Amino acid sequence: MELDLVKIRETNALSCLECGKCTGVCPVSRYSKTFSPRSILIKSIRNSHPDALKGADLWSCLTCQQCDTICPSNIKYIDFIQLIRQFVGVENREGTCSHGGILDSILKIMTSPNLKQQRLDWLSKDYQTSTSGEYLYFMGCLPYYDVLFTELDVQPLNIARSTLKIFNYFDIKPQMLPNEKCCGHDFFWNGDLENFNKLAKMNIEQIKKSGAKYVVTACPECFRTLKVDYPNFFGNQPFEVIHITEFLSQRLNDKNIKIKSEPHKATFHDPCRLGRHLGIYDPPRQAISHLSDFEFKEMAHHHKRATCCGVTSWMNCSQISKQIQTQRLREANATGSDTLITACPKCQIHFQCALLDKQLKEEVKFKIKDFTEVFAENLN
Amino acid sequence: MKKNQQKSFQPRIVVFACNWCSYPAADSAGINRMQYPPNVRIIRTMCMGRVNPGHVLKAFEMGADGVLVSGCHFEDCHYSFGARKAAEQYKKLEKIVKLLGFEKERMRQEFISAAEFPKFVQVVKEMVEQVKKLGPTPLKPVKPEKMDAKLEAAVEAV
Repeated sequence: MELDLVKIRETNALSCLECGKCTGVCPVSRYSKTFSPRSILIKSIRNSHPDALKGADLWSCLTCQQCDTICPSNIKYIDFIQLIRQFVGVENREGTCSHGGILDSILKIMTSPNLKQQRLDWLSKDYQTSTSGEYLYFMGCLPYYDVLFTELDVQPLNIARSTLKIFNYFDIKPQMLPNEKCCGHDFFWNGDLENFNKLAKMNIEQIKKSGAKYVVTACPECFRTLKVDYPNFFGNQPFEVIHITEFLSQRLNDKNIKIKSEPHKATFHDPCRLGRHLGIYDPPRQAISHLSDFEFKEMAHHHKRATCCGVTSWMNCSQISKQIQTQRLREANATGSDTLITACPKCQIHFQCALLDKQLKEEVKFKIKDFTEVFAENLN
Repeated sequence: MKKNQQKSFQPRIVVFACNWCSYPAADSAGINRMQYPPNVRIIRTMCMGRVNPGHVLKAFEMGADGVLVSGCHFEDCHYSFGARKAAEQYKKLEKIVKLLGFEKERMRQEFISAAEFPKFVQVVKEMVEQVKKLGPTPLKPVKPEKMDAKLEAAVEAV
């Protein structure tokens, strides 16, 4: 693939001042001896260093956008790294897929149009869905995570169940796509546009066919992909994409509902796709404030400065990821909370994985819960 | 032409065989001049416990029509826990294949010791029959005709 110079220019990469603030703030550089966002950028835009594009470092970037927030030249670093990965191509990828590459394979298999997935088998009569209506719940890859991560203390499908419970609480019967595909987030950030296009087209076609006006998702990655990347590649779509935190906080605010809950101390971890990528910081916090007995406390790094969960698109999970996670979990522990709320299934999985470390597990005194789970427990 | 193609459908089956039991079994089958279908491609691994669901799905993703994972019996495993781990992982794999929506009959897990070469031959025969019934893999568009023609020629030559 050829390097799209127009797009590279749009990211402002050429106006880099070499100040190194990005490297200073990068969560990977903090623990890695070799990784540096600045040197990747400088080496790639100067042709004198062809080996800049080789090696695993290019694939270690978490695209968490921490560097973008601090860059004095307004470089859109994550867009830049996405373009460079696209240029290098997946076939030359030197990063390591986590979990034996199983997620990569699952997503690739999903691109074949003939398959009819059985992803809604878990639906029971307790949850009401319909085949038409304004709202569509875009679930994401939760059923797969539920099978894959049994050894961790997570139940990703609980997120789907809780989301449906929240919908039903407001008397909404959402549609669900029986053959919904992965949104293509991981392919996009790994520079595999071919497969991203395949998945995106199939999803858009299905959503259009369903006639839904609002697509609600509980996964920040699906949210970003559907909201930002689909319109970028395929033009404006006839549906609006909403994250469950927005949906819930708006409803709770409108009707001024107070939800009775058991007393808890809670803190919130901002997923990077939700926070820095799309600027949704307040809705989850507002929604949590509607829980009657929840005492809310911020971590040392929050909002714009929230640390990433350590791995993006199942790529290059390493010692460094574990260090980032450990640091984040200790930060949450320092708030004295008994619940760490996050709004991203992947953040939850990554943090639970870090808790496999027995020492850390003893140290940490809170449970990690998804945003939707916290509400579903208290809604009656 | 289409009918012809269907008749001559030769499945491509990937076999993961462990170094200590199933691979020697395949070897003994050869030494004892037992015939089995040429549709299998054997990949030798050190232990079937190392073959994680990712590897099997990778084979499917790249166009395999079937996958056979074979290794030692539980009590014979060279690394003591490998076969048990493989059995655990296979359960996961079955669930994922069900979710993805293709037939789980396309894959099989068998415990074949080094002495059980007739079993190896029988399993391969059964597997080929089964996959032939299911037809080509639904995961990929039909492979280039050249490849099929070559395989056909090879089969006829045998």
